[in-house]
Amino acid sequence: MYRIPILRVEEFLLVSIQTDLDDALAVKLQDDLTTAIATHHARGVIIDISGLEIVDSFIGRMLADISTMARIQDCHAIVVGMQPAVAITLVELGLSLSGVQTALHIDQGMRFLRRFLAGRDEEASDERE
Amino acid sequence: MTTSPQNSADSRLPLVIEKNLDRILDTWISELQVDGGRLLNLIRESELREQASRFLDLLRKAIKVAGVNPEKTAAYDELRDLLDELSRSRSEQGFTPTETATFVFSLKRPLFRELKEAHGDNDTTALLDDIWQATMLLDRLGLNTTEVFINTREAIIQRQQQDLLELSTPVVSLWNGILALPVIGTLDSERTQTVMESLLQKIVATGSDIAIIDITGVPAVDTLVAQHLLKTVTAARLMGAECIISGIRPQIAQTIVHLGVELGNVTTKGTLADAFALALKKKRQKVQDI
Repeated sequence: MYRIPILRVEEFLLVSIQTDLDDALAVKLQDDLTTAIATHHARGVIIDISGLEIVDSFIGRMLADISTMARIQDCHAIVVGMQPAVAITLVELGLSLSGVQTALHIDQGMRFLRRFLAGRDEEASDERE
Repeated sequence: MTTSPQNSADSRLPLVIEKNLDRILDTWISELQVDGGRLLNLIRESELREQASRFLDLLRKAIKVAGVNPEKTAAYDELRDLLDELSRSRSEQGFTPTETATFVFSLKRPLFRELKEAHGDNDTTALLDDIWQATMLLDRLGLNTTEVFINTREAIIQRQQQDLLELSTPVVSLWNGILALPVIGTLDSERTQTVMESLLQKIVATGSDIAIIDITGVPAVDTLVAQHLLKTVTAARLMGAECIISGIRPQIAQTIVHLGVELGNVTTKGTLADAFALALKKKRQKVQDI
């Protein structure tokens, strides 16, 4: 069965969805990603959906769910590269994914993640002092 | 003698047209000069004569092959194409539908005159049948021109509407990574869709992460328009771009509050300049004197 590859880049994970997701594949991805976050102790994950052209409410909710799951595991998730048509569909479906951070492309996503994690490290050391 | 109007074999119509082609053409042209009104001011006589003779020629051929029923017969296709072409060009030249249809209808008189002559005085039943068939045929062709005429106009209107839509929603790049969308005119659902799509497409194309939607040119905002704006902002955010709304005039600010529209955490600025300044700040860039 086809799986969505989860790649490790430095301390982050990179998931690139280059095909249209069906429900089974989406559930599998949730499974694989949560496992990968745990095994690699990843601090951030970038989900690139630039290849995704069709979404329904299930996939939309799954994106939100994955972000929440990652956050619970202390891993910051950023969804990048959403196509205009996908964005319009999600808005029309009433899914604004308000808890999900987004970026234009992987580059920007990496920048956000680094800045976010640097900020959090600082906070932590402040607390200790 | 029994002549059925359906039986075109008995009809003298094809023969009459064949025999007196030139005379019919001449009378038709002079008829057109009287009836056609402005026709001759806008079209040269030679051109008119050419169109008329082509029409007659094709009519003659079509009747010969398929009789006088133009519905769904391939024999009339060429004639119909000619008429379509004619009506289309007339419509674009600014003729009225009446003037366009008159081109066909004014053929009746010369044609009937020839028919009368061919039948003589003693065969009125056959004459009436022939005239009836000719009338039916020309009426259908004439109506056809009106239909094409209207379709052409419709197409022009549609194209202009589309042009208007595109003209009024330009997405401009203000700075590296900053887009502006000055909205002018009333926002309705269809327009918002176009606005939204062109903005999102431009975001992808330019890789911009800040978009300023300037609504200085929007005369009124109601709940629907506000909702459309919010949808656009949300869609842009989903793609990873941030939206700033600028140019909310005092009356519009009042309406928005009175209507109870929740703009949520959308950043709003008074003028496009303010919004641009904020955008530059967010990009950690600034403009200074040199």
